[in-house]
Amino acid sequence: MAGAYGSFPRKEDARFIRGKGTFVDDIQLPGMLHGAILRSPLAHARIVSIDTAAAEGHPKVSAVITGQMLEARKLAWMPTLSSDVQAVLATDKVRFQGQEVAFVVAEDRYSARDALELISVEYEPLPVVVDATKALDPGAAVIRDDLEGQQDNHIFDWAAGDKAATDAVFAAADVVVAQDMLYPRSHPAPLETCGTVADMDPVSGKLTVWSTTQAPHAHRTLYAMIADLPEHKIRIVSPDIGGGFGNKVPIYPAYICAVVGSIMCGRPVKWVEDRSENLMSTAFARDYHMHGEIAATKDGRILGLRAKVLADHGAFNGSAQPSKFPAGFFHIFTGSYDLQAADCEVTGVYTNKAPGGVAYACSFRVTEAVYLVERMVDMLALELGMDPAELRLKNLLRPEQFPYTTPTGWEYDSGDYANTLRVALDIAGYADLRREQAEKREHGEYMGIGLSFFTEGVGAGPRQQMDILGLGMADGAHLRVHPTGKAVLAISVQTQGQGHETTFAQIVAQELGLSPDDVEVVHGDTDRTPFGLGTYGSRSTPVSGAAAALVARKVRERARIVAAAMLEASADDLEWANGTWHVRGDPEQGKTIAEIAMAAHSSLELPEGVEGHLDAETVYNPPSLTHPYGAYICVTDVDPGTGQVSVRRFIAVDDCGVRINPMIVEGQVHGGLADGVGMALMQVIAFDSDGNCLGGSFMDYLLPTSVECPSWELGETVTPSPHHPIGAKGVGESATVGSPPAVVNAVMDALKPYGVRHADMPLTPANVWSAIQGHPVRTDLAIT
Amino acid sequence: MQITVTVNGTPYSRDVEPRLLLIHFLRDELRLTGSHWGCDTSNCGACVVWLDDTPVKSCTVLSPMADGRRVLTVEGLEQAGVLDPIQQGFAECHGLQCGFCTPGMMLTSRWLLDHNPDPSPEQIREALSGQICRCTGYENIVRSVLWASKHERST
Amino acid sequence: MQVPAYVEYEKATSVDHALALLARYGPEARILAGGHSLIPMMKLRLVQPETLIDINGLGELCYVKVTDGELRIGALTRHAQLLDSPAAGEHFAILHDAEKVIADPIVRNWGTVGGSLCQADPSEDLSATFAALKATMVIQGPEGIRTVSARDFHTGPYETVVAPSELLTEIKIAIRPGGGSAYEKVGRRVGDWPVGAAGAAIWLAGDTIGEAGIGLTAVGAQHFTAVEAEEFLQGAPASDASFARAGEIAAEHCRPHSDQRGPADYKRHLARELTFRALRRALRRAGQPRPGQQGARGRDVGGRNRGGRDA
Repeated sequence: MAGAYGSFPRKEDARFIRGKGTFVDDIQLPGMLHGAILRSPLAHARIVSIDTAAAEGHPKVSAVITGQMLEARKLAWMPTLSSDVQAVLATDKVRFQGQEVAFVVAEDRYSARDALELISVEYEPLPVVVDATKALDPGAAVIRDDLEGQQDNHIFDWAAGDKAATDAVFAAADVVVAQDMLYPRSHPAPLETCGTVADMDPVSGKLTVWSTTQAPHAHRTLYAMIADLPEHKIRIVSPDIGGGFGNKVPIYPAYICAVVGSIMCGRPVKWVEDRSENLMSTAFARDYHMHGEIAATKDGRILGLRAKVLADHGAFNGSAQPSKFPAGFFHIFTGSYDLQAADCEVTGVYTNKAPGGVAYACSFRVTEAVYLVERMVDMLALELGMDPAELRLKNLLRPEQFPYTTPTGWEYDSGDYANTLRVALDIAGYADLRREQAEKREHGEYMGIGLSFFTEGVGAGPRQQMDILGLGMADGAHLRVHPTGKAVLAISVQTQGQGHETTFAQIVAQELGLSPDDVEVVHGDTDRTPFGLGTYGSRSTPVSGAAAALVARKVRERARIVAAAMLEASADDLEWANGTWHVRGDPEQGKTIAEIAMAAHSSLELPEGVEGHLDAETVYNPPSLTHPYGAYICVTDVDPGTGQVSVRRFIAVDDCGVRINPMIVEGQVHGGLADGVGMALMQVIAFDSDGNCLGGSFMDYLLPTSVECPSWELGETVTPSPHHPIGAKGVGESATVGSPPAVVNAVMDALKPYGVRHADMPLTPANVWSAIQGHPVRTDLAIT
Repeated sequence: MQITVTVNGTPYSRDVEPRLLLIHFLRDELRLTGSHWGCDTSNCGACVVWLDDTPVKSCTVLSPMADGRRVLTVEGLEQAGVLDPIQQGFAECHGLQCGFCTPGMMLTSRWLLDHNPDPSPEQIREALSGQICRCTGYENIVRSVLWASKHERST
Repeated sequence: MQVPAYVEYEKATSVDHALALLARYGPEARILAGGHSLIPMMKLRLVQPETLIDINGLGELCYVKVTDGELRIGALTRHAQLLDSPAAGEHFAILHDAEKVIADPIVRNWGTVGGSLCQADPSEDLSATFAALKATMVIQGPEGIRTVSARDFHTGPYETVVAPSELLTEIKIAIRPGGGSAYEKVGRRVGDWPVGAAGAAIWLAGDTIGEAGIGLTAVGAQHFTAVEAEEFLQGAPASDASFARAGEIAAEHCRPHSDQRGPADYKRHLARELTFRALRRALRRAGQPRPGQQGARGRDVGGRNRGGRDA
């Protein structure tokens, strides 16, 4: 039976194509006020004074909140997702340009904006730390003097792998290639900015917060802890969310201010940020200064990998990853290859920039890890004079090696890597491309072919190993089956465009022999859904999807017992096929879930110990991560006279295990591939030496359009995950992880005749031309 | 000041400050929240509506500039309960994921097909190059417009 | 999204009415045309005029026509209209080249030629375009109508010779035989402001260049013009060697600044490279028959903002 898997059209589309979605800024409540944040223009300064009198005197202003006022409520500081603290509104100092200093509540958004200009703040500028590579220099200004005992800008050191074994491998290797590379600060920039509507009901004491949050339950628990409010009286609602990409995981200071504003004014308060606020103050991504080394034999057997990383975390350590992994899953940097030893060291530092680091579909730093290894492999190919596809095929893990434990402790579940790479090479017509490249070089035309093979690590995670602020990363699912056989699935994860209302309906429909139209998915409202840690790190399908499948199987097992009573047979004699429970060998007399549901609610006599109804709930604690993977090939044309890069083709073959809805899977891949073009060629949040953010608008932080993106060419292989109930692995971030190195490798390949070994992203025309001249620019700082 | 703007065929008279941006007039005054906004610098195109038969970025138009003129928003695409082929195309071809850029994309595509009924994929990409999508990677948006071009209503 | 400060508003019903309103409200008033240069600045509160004078109703300033041997463009002409105008494309292909790469298709629907020129951003493409074409600006004020060369129109970043009491009404370009023109721009992405751009117009005298106009954008060229390169080309053979040398001269005399679009040495290189490419393409077009004439080929597609060679 084909069942309910397949390219089922999306149920959520009906409202979006009519413009009837409900996003946070669409929400209008009676008496609602509007908030605006006053932000610091300086990157590092002491606050001498704040005068809010004129703002408070504005006829349309209801309240002006400062850090001092929050201090009285013990709300001036809040915990971050990395167990640091972050200022909600600055009290002593400001520590990054754009940091929150005051909150105005007014009748309408225009008045709130006007009132910001009536607040005067006196600052005493302090020396600025912008260059992460200088943050630990003796004499560098100490940013976090609010932390007791903090004498410098050091946050953490973290290491994985076996240093001694790795050093030995490197010492004995024929060839060692080393390279510094930057994964520049980037920003997820979902099209909808972050925002909230906070409504404290003064009579019932119930706080309702509509918010752009990817993790409504986690937010609820955090609000209870931060604001000391009773958790059962907090309701978080994620309505429709216009893209998340990890940007909407943290609680932002302005959310807290909106809650306080609502409490103070006794009315709902809406706050939605500008784009500049989004880019300058919310969770950024990446900013890893990496040094990679690869060791190999002279005929191309990769022996070892090592990496040293300097991680720029901004002014507060707010990165969102499981608590035991301050560098996320970076130690997956050994990639998809069979090697003897590896080790990595990561040092985290503070700088005068916005907090964040884990965002933008990074799968908890897998983007950084994959970029490093795939660049190193290409540079090894360059060094050895080997074809990069051949070098990969020589070293990719083989199917019989799975489950495979990497030198840094990851257990990859399943994979047939070489097959996937060959499918990609075939779709690309690789040999023809190399021929074309050779011909073009003779005519002074420069095209490049870049490969990337990646192994992801998603579906966090086993609760014993993975928690965020002590909340284990297990997720629940509740399934109700109504008497007429329609089902309602309540889940804890939160779609921001991934199509959960459709795919999760398909999962349940598949298990119960229903149509996806008969299954309604409820999500986003903490009053109506079970607890879970939310959607990021591609975890929805691996974790919540598993929960959905398992809870549906629980219902199916309960239905078996009811069916046995209906058929007056023993439950052991029944089998499930074609959507019915029936006595083995007698499918004509089977009972559908709908029939069983009615019976379960009826006066039918049920066996001892079995309660009525067909409802079930479950909490899924994943045994391990899942490891989707893929092979990507990018073809670029480079104009050396101007440095302009055109992406001519992009071939992507993904293996994410079983595909519930291939149309949706492909859409996820398409979106991530665009991220690769953007990050490789144009996106960066840079700073000048005064700490001014140079990427504060879409005029400067450039995102790819329909013109820069080619028509993506997709392929698939399917290698199910052996430990996932339906064999699915998740795919949401795969393309964002795998694509940037493919594009960069392609550009470097095009520039080979010029002797260019490496240049950092973004490969803007200026950077490409400068690399050809022999002096690539440093992309994270102001160009002078 | 008093302005009268005809939106999706219905005239609306309101008293507004001249600085009120057209996008806010539509969303906050008229409660037509189908048009969205996503940036500060006229780059993203989430706010695209038609002003007198021409797609414009309504975040860069003051509402008095629309006084006496006609506006078409996404809410006006469906006629008498029948979806526009553009809307159908986007649903058929998975041309939307989060839905935030979608109204603007559909309105520009509708205008394109009205003026160029058989566009090439390249022409579609060019026409949409002033609007950002963060989810779809554009491929399915192009396919949606191509689908609509082959399924236009006969009238 | 950011929003403007409070402002008063008047709607002009004619050019004379607009001038009267300018006189009444003084230098704190601003003309509101397409608004796609002004309103973004107002939203960021970089400018805060007291009064806006909306001239969008002045249809009499919206035209592209050929009159008395001149191409005349009304100041209120929308970018999209100039891009769509067959007359503009036929006589001065550089106008289509430039319009194709100005902003994006939606902004071009409402932004105006006059508005962009009067905004006078150093990275604005039409300034160099009209400089290369040696166009004439027509300005109307309380004293009447005056004309200024496009090459004297700009007095500095965001500053033009249009006084607070005046209105730019028209741009006109003399149509002469043997001409070809082209615009070459590099940006980091479609719709981006240029990192550098060059516009070239040449009028042939046999195999030599009778006259050349070269405009440069975003590289600190005075009045958006490469005068020394133009002078070099006058009477020079119409050849790659001449064009290469002209590019070098243009690069020597501009003063680019380093910024996030690129370092100064790269921009200087672009001045050279793009001048060369624009001249070459202008020459090819100077040799082509006009559409409608015997042997005419299809319309030149022009360059997009991607890698690859010039058409």
